[in-house]
Amino acid sequence: MSPLQLTSDEEKALKGEHGDALATAYRILLAIGEATEAKKLVPIKWAHVSGVNYNTIGDSGVEFLEKLSKDGRVAVKTTINPMGFDPVKVNSLKLNKEFIAKQNRIVSAYDRMGVTRSFTCIPYEVFDLPSKGTDVSFAESNAATYANSVAGLRTNKESGLSALASSLTGKAPYSELRIEEFRKPNVGIKVNYELDNEVDYGLLGYFAGKVANNSVAFSGIENLSKRNAKSLSAALGTSGSCGMFTHGNAGETIEFGKEEARKIRDELHTSEKGDVITLGSPQLGVDDLSLLADMVHGKKFRKRCLIFCARAAYESAKNLGYTERIEKAGGEMLCDCCTCLTPLIDRSEVDSVITNSIKGAYYLNNSNKVGVCLKSLKDIVREECE
Amino acid sequence: MLEEFEGHSEGRMRIKCRVIVKGNDEGEALVTKQPINFLTMIDLKSGIVKDEKHELYKKNIANKVLVFPNAIGSSVGAYSIYALKGSHVAPKAIVCIKADITTASGCAIANIPLVDSPESDVFAIKSGLKVKVDALIGLIEM
Repeated sequence: MSPLQLTSDEEKALKGEHGDALATAYRILLAIGEATEAKKLVPIKWAHVSGVNYNTIGDSGVEFLEKLSKDGRVAVKTTINPMGFDPVKVNSLKLNKEFIAKQNRIVSAYDRMGVTRSFTCIPYEVFDLPSKGTDVSFAESNAATYANSVAGLRTNKESGLSALASSLTGKAPYSELRIEEFRKPNVGIKVNYELDNEVDYGLLGYFAGKVANNSVAFSGIENLSKRNAKSLSAALGTSGSCGMFTHGNAGETIEFGKEEARKIRDELHTSEKGDVITLGSPQLGVDDLSLLADMVHGKKFRKRCLIFCARAAYESAKNLGYTERIEKAGGEMLCDCCTCLTPLIDRSEVDSVITNSIKGAYYLNNSNKVGVCLKSLKDIVREECE
Repeated sequence: MLEEFEGHSEGRMRIKCRVIVKGNDEGEALVTKQPINFLTMIDLKSGIVKDEKHELYKKNIANKVLVFPNAIGSSVGAYSIYALKGSHVAPKAIVCIKADITTASGCAIANIPLVDSPESDVFAIKSGLKVKVDALIGLIEM
């Protein structure tokens, strides 16, 4: 009945002969293999796992990971998504003890499994990339989209569980975006006005996620910077199931103009002002911090400004003098965590947030339940600094 | 065999579908044509749809046979499905138009029977109707 052919060794692992963790991992791979009509499993070189922040996986997630970590060990390089707080600054953050304790249990479980403690949602920026065409398994929707579209890697839009299953087995079903034929876009989006900044690219991505399924082709945005590609990838991954974009045309073409952008903006821009500024989602990399340091040099934020970045990027930026300039301007730099479902923004204290992230805006609106004022970084610095 | 499964027989409607996660269960149907982001749209303690823009807003997915196209957005949605099971408010079974990786992996560890690719229009099923999902042979009966 099943089109997915497992080797005899994989069958044994599925039956539990190689331990409980591998049995669970193969059960997951079998289900997603069936869902995506895979005929076989193929080796992958790198897994990036989401489901690290306690706010995203809850108590059942903690228990699941602890059980899995009894005998589960990574089989390939495995990096992990941000957690709920910056562990170096945890004492100065107002967090309840239960959250901290449960977050620490999650980190310990991943540690036992042997992951790299990356706590980043931009693994493609922090780590060296394997050669183009390499199969990886990336959960974290912005990372999967960026990996397929910009980095030339191959991954399906994995779930936290499926990427973890790939990590423990070193395998993934050969299906969908891993197959050349499937990577060809079936919807084209023609951008008919000049996009100015990262918010515009985010609006485009969010729009595209709603109309495209697997792979989408953009025309009119040929010279895409890394910064805008991050914003686009993150927004694309938020609104739908599409996990890849290319440049050019495809069969069916949909126009994206100012009216389409305005409609998306109306959905996410829910406040005209904000109490706090957040930068990040995805986290800022070294280049983002370099740009920010230049922009705020000699200025001062009038409001609290949380800047979420990858720790590896923070350390490099520190050596280069960027963090000093940002901190002098009043920017509060936080590593190992990010905007999405952060426990640091609570509606009991904050009514609304200013951000340049479309992905962040979606989660702040829908999960943190605070108002969101969307502004480009340029406008944030111009209007919120003195 | 085919004839036996299709259309009305003994007053019951049967729809063939594809098995993704094996199992067997029944419950009231809860049907939507809109995709679901399990992380943001569902209250994981109660199973109630909390997204006011979703057509299932204020409806409860607990113990239902949930019929929807596919999951969208967060990769952590798979953990959300597992969390629903932990809170005893998961659907009894899930019917997708095209099962996706998030739903399939969540159902796999939460032991929720999952089928997809129904051979006829499942959106014609009225919410509230008693539905049986046989995710061993791939059959929806009502």
